[in-house]
This record gives sequence, structure tokens and C-alpha cells, in this order.
Amino acid sequence: MNVTLIDYGVCNVTSVERALQKLDAVTMRTTTQDGIARAKALVLPGVGHYAALIRALNEHGLRKPLLDAIGSGVPFLGICLGLQALYDSSEEAPDLPGLKLLPGEVRALPTHVKLPHMGWNQLRPVRSSQLLEGIPADAYFYFAHSYAAIAPNGDADAVATCVHGAEFVAVLQRKNICAVQFHPEKSGAAGSRLLQNFLRLAE
Amino acid sequence: MTLAHRIIPCLDTDGERVVKGVNFVSLRDAGDPPALAARYNAEGADELVVLDIAASRDRRPTFLETIRRVAAELAIPLTAGGGIRTLPDARAVVQAGADKVTVNTAAVERPKLVSELSREFGAQAVVLAIDAKRNAERWEVMVRGGRDSTGLDAVAWAQEGVSLGAGEILLTSVDRDGTQSGFDVALTAAIARTVTVPVIASGGAKLPEHFAEIFTEGSADAALAASIFHDRVQPISALKAFLHARGVEVRYPC
Repeated sequence: MNVTLIDYGVCNVTSVERALQKLDAVTMRTTTQDGIARAKALVLPGVGHYAALIRALNEHGLRKPLLDAIGSGVPFLGICLGLQALYDSSEEAPDLPGLKLLPGEVRALPTHVKLPHMGWNQLRPVRSSQLLEGIPADAYFYFAHSYAAIAPNGDADAVATCVHGAEFVAVLQRKNICAVQFHPEKSGAAGSRLLQNFLRLAE
Repeated sequence: MTLAHRIIPCLDTDGERVVKGVNFVSLRDAGDPPALAARYNAEGADELVVLDIAASRDRRPTFLETIRRVAAELAIPLTAGGGIRTLPDARAVVQAGADKVTVNTAAVERPKLVSELSREFGAQAVVLAIDAKRNAERWEVMVRGGRDSTGLDAVAWAQEGVSLGAGEILLTSVDRDGTQSGFDVALTAAIARTVTVPVIASGGAKLPEHFAEIFTEGSADAALAASIFHDRVQPISALKAFLHARGVEVRYPC
């Protein structure tokens, strides 16, 4: 399985790359429109500030090729910011439009809990999906974020949610669009299984 | 279903080898960083910290290579630090494979460093390490490996660090470090209940009860230890089984 990682320069893609390679995926990195256009499967990793990711996509001219690829059915996996970027916008940088593939605004988690939401947490299943196949219901995943897709309109695309101060989308799937708020590449065996499920789904 | 308390082994290195001091001095060799990292990854550690405690400038390339080799063994997050004084220093550590960077002395000397790092990598990647030592009714911030007092109040400095953009506090009790007499519950609780970010307690761990205590009475979000894990005095899997049985939320089984 060939997987193209979008390497927009502001986050470390090495750990995602290594996790996929351990599952026998052939990975390549791209920063170009052409690289995205040729991809068989796409992964958009990301951690840090929403604005950094959106600006990098815009500056490298990657927004349109990414939307074209997803629109043509190329399997896509967004990780952390890569999930948040799918929505209309984010409270973290309200002036920078997201990819607008999913409706709603990414919002700040409430401040009565410790932020960032950092560490290992469990999921609440919403519906069955190939993405969570073979993963125990009580498995933990590693999260590191302060903004989230907080139950946007009882999100029809949500596969599982997580709760930290508020309930938010942790795993989603809409046709070929898959995304997770946690870091599967940092989530031990459960995370590795999720990546494997994505690879199978992408085959 | 809540956020699990994290168990974090720490590799203090001289750049290349793992070393361990008692009360910040008398170093001894304790192993190969990637080998220990692989072991902890398999045993259920929730995260790993690698510190360059030599932090002399000429050892820097060696330490970055150590980070690369350690990161290659992990499917859990990695925090690295020791001697990070500038944004480029931190970039090098992140590019070598660290998910988070920790700063200590340099942040005390130039607090703006915390903001610079937070702006570049996000608050979730910036860990403010504080070495605190009791002085009468309060705790003072110590620097340069716990040797020099700054006169700063540790609770106030933790709060300032968070307002500057730190996403986590790694709090070491200089009084307890290396003593294996238990974490400093009063110090940890004073800071964990004041700041809005997670707090990692460090210094003094030996028994499983010490971990249970720091997570409950100490309000710590994570607990860090070194030699008890390196020397197999306290296997991580057994520690987690103990905490789970006590009703302390941990990632178990993992």
C-alpha cells in the first residue's frame, strides 16, 4: 500500500511515517500539488496551532489539489489538526477558513478542566466503522490538544467521541474521509491497529 | 472514562549513555537509551522523557542522535530537553523526533523563551521543568541541575510559566530526588491545584504506594521516575496493575 504524507513543514511527520512503515506501507512525503494529485492514499498529520497548518496549506497551494483528491475518492486520514482542518473554521484562528468538507466550527475545550487535554483517554462508540475494527472498546489513545470538534450538531460523521470537559469527535468517517483527534502513531498497539485499519480500508 | 494518570520513565543521559545521580550528583552509568526506550515502550510506559544532563555544547550532536535512536523505538510520546536555550535548540530536538521540549534554567533566565516555543510548536509541546526546594514556608526554584537557588517562588513561577504558554509542568522536588522516600505531596498539590495545565511529579519515587499517593493526595496528572525503573526495582506493568486495583485511573491493560 502506497501512502503519501503531506509534509507542510511545521510538524514532525517522522513518527507517523515510521508507524505506517511498520505496517508494511510504502510511504512518501510531499509538499507539492503534483505529489498530492498522484497519491493513492493521503495522510495529513498535524499538531500545534491550527493557523500554522492552514497557512502552510494555502502558501504551498495545496488546498485545491487536496480537495480535488478527496473529492475524487482518494482515501484520506487526518490526524489531530488534520481532523480539525476538515471543518468550516476554528475558534483558534477564526479568520482562516478550513477545508469546509464537514460543517461546523472547531471550538476551544471548556476551561474547567486541565488544558491541553494531554494524555491517554478512552472512546465512546457512536457507530461501527472499519476504523475501530479489532480494537478493544476500553482501549486508550494519546491526545494532545486544546481545541476540538465539540459534538457539532450531534455529528453524523462521528464514529466515536471522547470526553474532556465536553464531548467531542475523536474518530470520524465520511466515505473516503477518515480522521482522528488523537495521535495513533503515539498510541501504542491500539493506535497501530487503527492505522492498519485505515490501510485496509484504503486498499 | 477519564484521562488516565501517566507513568513516565526518565532517561537522564550524558548525551549518549543513561546516567543517574542521587540528589543531582554522583552519576553512574545505567544503560543504553534506545534499549531502555524499547523496554519501556513494551512494558506500558505512557510517555518517555530524555534529558541531557551534561548539556555541554560539544555533546549536542550526540544527544540529538540519541533522541533519533530513542524516537525510533517508541509508539508513545517523547519529551526531550536539557540545555535548550534558544528556539533553534528546540527546533533541532523536535526535528530529531521529540514531541515535546522541556526547558528549565534558560526559561528562568529568559522567560520569553517559553512564549517563543509555545508560539512555534503549540502549548502542548512546551514543558516547563521546575526544580523546587523547600525553604521555610515555601518552595524556591533551583537552577543549574538543582544547585543554585533563584529566590523565585515555585508556585508563582509555575503560574507565570503557564501564562507564558507552557502546556505542562514537570515538577521535581530537589529535596526528594534520589531519596526513594516518596514524592513530595505538599509541593505537588500546591502547584497542581493552582495551575490550569497538567503537572508531572518527579523525585523520590520507589513504592507503588508513592504513586497512588501522588495521584490522589498530590493531584498529579503524571508521575516520573528513573532508577527504580532502570534497575527493575519497580516494573511498570506491575505498578500499573497495582494502581488499577486501587481504583486509580491508569492505562491498563495496555
